[in-house]
Amino acid sequence: MKEVIIGLEVHVQLNKLRSKLFCSCSTQYHDSEPDTHTCPVCLGLPGALPVTNGKAVDNAIKVALALNCNIEEWTMFYRKNYYYPDLVKGFQISQYDYPIATNGSISLDTEDGERAIRIKRVHMEEDPGRLVHVGTIDKSKYSLIDYNRSGVALLEVVTEPDLRTPKEARLFLNKLKNILEYLDVFDSSLEGSLRVDANVSIAGGKRAEIKNISSYKGVEKALLFEIVRQNNLVRRGVKVVQETRHFDEVRGITISLRTKEGEEDYRYFPEPDLVPITIRDRVDDIKKTLPELPDAKRQRFALQYGISDNHAKVLISELGLANFFETVATEVDANLSATWIADVLKGELNYRDLDISAFSPAHMVQILQMLKKDTITEKGAVQVIRTLLDEGGTPSEIVKRKGLLKIAADVSENAVFEVLAENPAAVQDYHDGKDEALNFLVGQVMKKTRGRADPRTVSKLLKEKLQNAPDNHREA
Amino acid sequence: MITEETVDHLGWLARIKLTEEQKEKFTDQLNSILGYFEKLDEVEADVPPTHHVLGLTNVFRDDVAGQSISQEEALGNAPKKERGYFKGPRIV
Ligand SMILES: [Zn+2]
Repeated sequence: MKEVIIGLEVHVQLNKLRSKLFCSCSTQYHDSEPDTHTCPVCLGLPGALPVTNGKAVDNAIKVALALNCNIEEWTMFYRKNYYYPDLVKGFQISQYDYPIATNGSISLDTEDGERAIRIKRVHMEEDPGRLVHVGTIDKSKYSLIDYNRSGVALLEVVTEPDLRTPKEARLFLNKLKNILEYLDVFDSSLEGSLRVDANVSIAGGKRAEIKNISSYKGVEKALLFEIVRQNNLVRRGVKVVQETRHFDEVRGITISLRTKEGEEDYRYFPEPDLVPITIRDRVDDIKKTLPELPDAKRQRFALQYGISDNHAKVLISELGLANFFETVATEVDANLSATWIADVLKGELNYRDLDISAFSPAHMVQILQMLKKDTITEKGAVQVIRTLLDEGGTPSEIVKRKGLLKIAADVSENAVFEVLAENPAAVQDYHDGKDEALNFLVGQVMKKTRGRADPRTVSKLLKEKLQNAPDNHREA
Repeated sequence: MITEETVDHLGWLARIKLTEEQKEKFTDQLNSILGYFEKLDEVEADVPPTHHVLGLTNVFRDDVAGQSISQEEALGNAPKKERGYFKGPRIV
């Protein structure tokens, strides 16, 4: 496999803000008709003046701090000039020479261990409008444009070319999303909240830039396709050319955009309608508001609760899940909680495409307490979780309704006696040293108790009885 | 030095079609404008750049959502529209 080099430019909407970056239009447009959340500023009408949303700057600083960036002394906006129908003014207000932050890093858990992915820069810009293609991008006759999104605050996070596989690119995006959600500046569930440009080259060749990939899965798919395409070119002796490509999500392929624009063609110049922003003096106050971030939480979970790093990793992967765990772990055994939440509940949620808000921590506590008190079996506990997710109800009611109460020890004991009496051949086999006879007997007891006995207890009980009454038949 | 190719490319960037005559004319004009700017090279280089002429910093608004204009108003100046959207040229 030839060396693959990937760098990402990730655009995330600061969509927890109420208003856009330079005007007071609402960001709550997701269920609205097109072009209903605009004003002279975000429509680029002549004479309209932008004014910066102060909280957008604070949120951007938060992110930059969380990404271990160097926060610049001051920052300013530029005009990036290009003609494209999603851009109302013929330029995008963005940042250029003086971005808000530079030189950060994210620690990534890759297949070859923890690795730092360097962040080159973080900057603010305004979101363009949304293009609706009639047909596919290379075939449509015209485009329809909705400017509801135009002017929403975007943050662009640019990595150094430190990623090596499409999977690492996806892991990086998940980690970034995780951090942004901890900071409470980003809701990834909203449509259009994330767009990625990915640069990829193989074996020291020229790089292709894949523009505007709009989903987490799309990034991995686009990169996989692009690597295969470039490999095929190299194999046929064709040089890979430096170009911009578009990812067609539906067809799962990248296509050349044949753009004639180079970096200098953007003719960046300082935005005269916006004044510079000094940021260093805001940093200390903002630092104090930073919440505990995923990496720190992972360490604390392992330390404070004594759970495994693997469990901690799963639990911190969503803030809601982490909080859920802490609520439960303070009520019942932390290790038991970690196992049941990270291994069982998370799996059941994923299977149903649900998130943790679909399950009540109080219910989890009740289930784990029943397990601890030995009133239900592990199999029963799984069944309670599934029933709660599929039908609702309460744990105790479900245990009753589905007959999941683990039967009392004396009932198990009776069943054991009965089974021993009914299966003399198997008992004989056991004494002749055939281990599978024990399994057979356990199976018979489970059948008699309709699965409500605990197999381990039954097995123990059987061994006891078999040893206490040796070779009944031989003596007889 | 600005050549006719540069002017041609600038025309493409601005989505303006230029005739041969115009290209020639603009090449001359742009070169003479650039000539004026070369005067700046004579200035000592240790002058700090002027990032903004107003001398103001940190002008912000609060993050409060206000009133937007209606769809009819937004589309009022659009030469082409369809189902509430602006209609634009096909891209690529
Ligand atoms: Zn607006």
